Amino acid sequence: MNEFVYLPENLDEALEIRASTGAVPIAGGTDLMVRYRRGSGIPPQFDFPVVLIGKIDALRYIEVSADNIHIGSATTLTEIFMNEDVPQILKLAVGEMASPAIRNVATIGGNIGNASPAGDTLPPLYILDAKIVLKNLNGEREVPIEDFITGPGQTILRSDEIIYEVTIPIGNFDKIYYRKIGTRKALALSKVSFSAAVNYRGDVIDDMRFAFGAVAPVVIRSREIEGEFKNITFNELKNREGEIAQKYSPLINPIDDQRSTAEYRRKVSLRLLKFFIQNVI
Amino acid sequence: MHSEITFTLDGERVSVDCNPLRRLLDVLREDFNLVGVKEGCGEGECGACAVIVDGKLVNSCIVPVGAVNGAEILTIEGIKKTEIFGKIADAFAQMGAVQCGFCTPGMIVATYAILNQNPKPSRKEIVEGLSGNLCRCTGMNIIIEAVEMAAKNIAR
Ligand SMILES: Cc1cc2nc3c(=O)[nH]c(=O)nc-3n(C[C@H](O)[C@H](O)[C@H](O)COP(=O)(O)OP(=O)(O)OC[C@H]3O[C@@H](n4cnc5c(N)ncnc54)[C@H](O)[C@@H]3O)c2cc1C
Ligand code: FES
Ligand code: FES
Repeated sequence: MNEFVYLPENLDEALEIRASTGAVPIAGGTDLMVRYRRGSGIPPQFDFPVVLIGKIDALRYIEVSADNIHIGSATTLTEIFMNEDVPQILKLAVGEMASPAIRNVATIGGNIGNASPAGDTLPPLYILDAKIVLKNLNGEREVPIEDFITGPGQTILRSDEIIYEVTIPIGNFDKIYYRKIGTRKALALSKVSFSAAVNYRGDVIDDMRFAFGAVAPVVIRSREIEGEFKNITFNELKNREGEIAQKYSPLINPIDDQRSTAEYRRKVSLRLLKFFIQNVI
Repeated sequence: MHSEITFTLDGERVSVDCNPLRRLLDVLREDFNLVGVKEGCGEGECGACAVIVDGKLVNSCIVPVGAVNGAEILTIEGIKKTEIFGKIADAFAQMGAVQCGFCTPGMIVATYAILNQNPKPSRKEIVEGLSGNLCRCTGMNIIIEAVEMAAKNIAR
């Protein structure tokens, strides 16, 4: 049993603590404090040292550069939702997450670090080609989000690193769509979510991206399938709806859990895809 | 492991020397006897434990006290001393928005946060602002109407 809790004043201190102890970061704590809770009047007990990083200013920013928008990992969901430069599809997802009191403390870095297949910022981040910047005392590395998350709760984060920033290429989509199916919003993790972003010229599709949340061990985005349906017209797309759904079907590999059944998730996610193709686009 | 944690509580500078992982909720109730801050679910889903930290609504049951070092905290007790509290309380009473009363402090803290952000909130903003608070006795519609009435009476 280890009761070590570190309260670093700044990023360098936090990185030193990571390097020398491997202490697990707590940002907003909305995942960790709940997972390790023990009940009324008792502090949660972690069986590993922890380091509180939610208050570190160097991790809380939203900045725009020539090609990218940069979001510090400890930026809260509320801050993201209120910001004008954040891509709309990410804001649509954040607006459907939890309640104001949770969004005021929950961070984007925590949603990514948690690596839940139902993490709601993830499908938009996949669609937006987001990169995750990881920092340790020696420097930093940048990896695409789909390489960062390797399974449910699994990432390639090293024990001396922290998630420093989410970098999102600036770009515009002609049409975006986000739909989350859950129960009571304030507590519902997604049963299923579907995100889409499309660019077109006239009625020819230039670029079409889909992401499915909570239907497989990791978020589903297939650049391969997307590539097969480029440079076709809307009409052709609608006619080939069944073919597209069939291509995604084997990737959709949901589980039964307390929130829903695998069968329900499979049906609903493919239906959302078809609905988007027939009625939204 | 202990750390000294200092913050402003309902306008007064205070400090505690304790495990920084203690839940803010427990520190408020046990060390400061602020028992108006209630524990419902203990997992961020009901809002009974809501307080305002640096101007923002948060659920104190999932915040480690170490995370509020240097922060300004306003609880239901501090809100009671504000001008608008009377109007909020009257509206809740008039609408019958209180039955057992367990959710009420959290509802009032959330109402305060809503009105602080926008003194003339739309119904949608009220619904959203109360979306993290559960009441098992009255109907949410009654509470929503109480907030609408409070906003009107304050504007008057
Ligand atoms: C009532 C309630 C409702 C919720 N609703 C939703 C919802 O609708 N959708 C959803 O997706 N989630 C939801 N959540 C889960 C949670 O709020 C989110 O996952 C949130 O984004 C986590 O952020 P955090 O900062 O609180 O995470 P923390 O608990 O602080 O951390 C989560 C994980 O990420 C790691 N981590 C955090 N920051 C870093 C960093 N900078 N570097 C490296 N690792 C890091 C931690 O070590 C931990 O493993 C809900 C939670 C609650 C309690
Ligand atoms: S007791 Fe904190 S949200 Fe329910
Ligand atoms: S009045 Fe009883 S829970 Fe709301």
